[in-house]
Amino acid sequence: MSGAPGLLAPGSRVIRVRTASLVLLPRIAWLSLAALVLLLAAVAGHLMLAGRPVELSQVIAAFLDDPALPRSVRLTVLEFRLPRTIAGAVAGACLAVAGGLTQTVARNPLATPEVLGVTAGASTGAVAVLVLAGAGHGGASGLAAAIGMPVAAAVGALGTGTAVFLLTYRRAQQGFDSMRLVLVGLGAAGLASSITTWLLTLGDVTNASQALTWMMGSLNGKDWGAVVPALLASVPLLAVAGACGRWLLISAFDDDTARSLGLPLGRSRPLLLVLAVLLAAVGTVLAGPVAFVALLCPLAARFAGRTVVPSPGLTALLGAAFVVLSDLVAGFLLPHALPVGVFTTVLGAPVLIALVFRSQRRTP
Amino acid sequence: MSVNVSALRAPGAGKAPVAGFVLGVLVVVGSLALSLAFGGRPTSFEELVHAVFVPDGSVADIAIRELRWPRTLNALAVGACVGVAGCLAQGQTRNPIADPGLLGIYPGAALAIVAGSLLPDGSGTGTYAQAGLAFAGAVIACALVVTVGSATRHGATPLTLVLAGAAVSALAGGVVSLIVLSSDAALDTLRFWQLGSVAARGALLPQLVPLIIVGLVLAVANIGPLNALALGDDTARSLGVSVARARILGLAALAVLAAASVTLAGPLAFAGLLVPHAVRGLVGADYRWQIPGSALFGASLLLLTDTAGRVIARPGELPVGVVLAVVGAPFFIYLARRRRLVTL
Repeated sequence: MSGAPGLLAPGSRVIRVRTASLVLLPRIAWLSLAALVLLLAAVAGHLMLAGRPVELSQVIAAFLDDPALPRSVRLTVLEFRLPRTIAGAVAGACLAVAGGLTQTVARNPLATPEVLGVTAGASTGAVAVLVLAGAGHGGASGLAAAIGMPVAAAVGALGTGTAVFLLTYRRAQQGFDSMRLVLVGLGAAGLASSITTWLLTLGDVTNASQALTWMMGSLNGKDWGAVVPALLASVPLLAVAGACGRWLLISAFDDDTARSLGLPLGRSRPLLLVLAVLLAAVGTVLAGPVAFVALLCPLAARFAGRTVVPSPGLTALLGAAFVVLSDLVAGFLLPHALPVGVFTTVLGAPVLIALVFRSQRRTP
Repeated sequence: MSVNVSALRAPGAGKAPVAGFVLGVLVVVGSLALSLAFGGRPTSFEELVHAVFVPDGSVADIAIRELRWPRTLNALAVGACVGVAGCLAQGQTRNPIADPGLLGIYPGAALAIVAGSLLPDGSGTGTYAQAGLAFAGAVIACALVVTVGSATRHGATPLTLVLAGAAVSALAGGVVSLIVLSSDAALDTLRFWQLGSVAARGALLPQLVPLIIVGLVLAVANIGPLNALALGDDTARSLGVSVARARILGLAALAVLAAASVTLAGPLAFAGLLVPHAVRGLVGADYRWQIPGSALFGASLLLLTDTAGRVIARPGELPVGVVLAVVGAPFFIYLARRRRLVTL
């Protein structure tokens, strides 16, 4: 970080290994540790309480493959609950980091992956399968639901994301203008969500209801078959996002300043945004567009860490813990089971209002 | 937030775009005529002239005078409201991705509509009941957003308003989902209302005209302060503008216009996003031209898309919200791709 010494907070440490360097902010480190503890507590709580209560010692025994443990408990914890817990954590981390990347690169606190059209495209894909392949009375089922919907959602998400990229790119202007990207994304999102709304009016109301559950974001019925591909896709993406921390930090400046600080804008911006699109696609295909994670978690990481840009690690941990906790409460602790997205929305709104009260900065 | 000074000068700056406005008015009049001339039932030009000048109660007369005329006026009014509201929303927050839904108006109205559909014996799903509910929901949500957004130390800044709007919208949206996930009747009401259509509620226009006029007058009164606010709050203050008053005035106008439009046509947020961008491209960033331009452009856009929706899917029709998105999104993307992006 020798190029920009003033960017470092007091008390921060720089670890150098040859040309690579890592800036360690003590506040972020402590907060990340706290968020990790929170995530582990949420995961443990989810494994214990998602359905018939299981003792913590039994959860641990299931992980240790204890032969004394009844097979039914082992099956419950490792085959029924763990995939859903991991799905929540992965989706939360992916969506949160995608939100942090978009907000920072677009320099706009409202620029979540929804603005890039990714989640709207995924919804259109999934709802199209539901409405067009749905059997009129019970909604889509069988192969159409198990494979058709995730594939259609992925195609919708990546297709919209790619279209937005290609439409934004202009060679004459050195690639990407972030405001242009946001505007093109909004146009695409408007088109996709309007088509979704229209699709919802075509079919039977039961189909619309099932579609709406998907569109709210839900972890119902996630098994290893759905989770493993998402997990495998998300780990490298999150790792790359973490490695891009310095680019992210300088992206918070305007174009001229960023360039003069040595940021290769022509490469950094597309890379960061492709990462955001891919992360948002993974999260959305896995759990649906869980509302507010992408908007709130990066903001929370920024405000809590008192940094200009959200730290990717802290954001990911907060997102994962947020979704797992929300799913536990919404799906199991409330008297009436709800999709996780309804709960993140209702919970997220007051938190955002609290952030508004506390906010003193005016620009992202 | 830097101000692109060159963008403040419109293409062909200096001379007032009077010719452009005459053209705009002509386009609106032409769209109005098209909206009267085309509908689900094909009518000839003679029938149109007959219905306008010497009506005698033939089928074509009734179709034109009693079905097309109210919805045409409705599209005209809603288009003007949405256009100006979008222009105010983007100008007040200096955020080019703001739309009239900024103050939580659409989710607030949706929540009221959905709650109304839960009333016994369907008393909350009639045209008038829905209009009343939508209006009340919009106003309450808006009041909540402004209250929350101005409760900070510095009063209402663009950022706090935007965030408060997002929060209240999400909260209302969450409750809407909560209701429609547990009631298919509510979902059935919502899925048709949220498409947005100017067809059904044309009869309500006379009651809302005074309100729309108030909103437009407030918007026009806000033009000067908006031009100053475009330079940033601090600069505007140093130019002698009362920032707090300008903001309250502009937000009041935005609230009134957006509430009127959501009452008359349901959520048409995309039009509110699209119109100001198109108009900025045509007349530049000066609000003296942007505000009236947005009214004209919005009105003709809605008239034309509504007419198109009636013609494309004869004898049925596509709701104006769908046509607007299908036609408007590519146009919006084209606007965003142009070389000179007029910034706020």
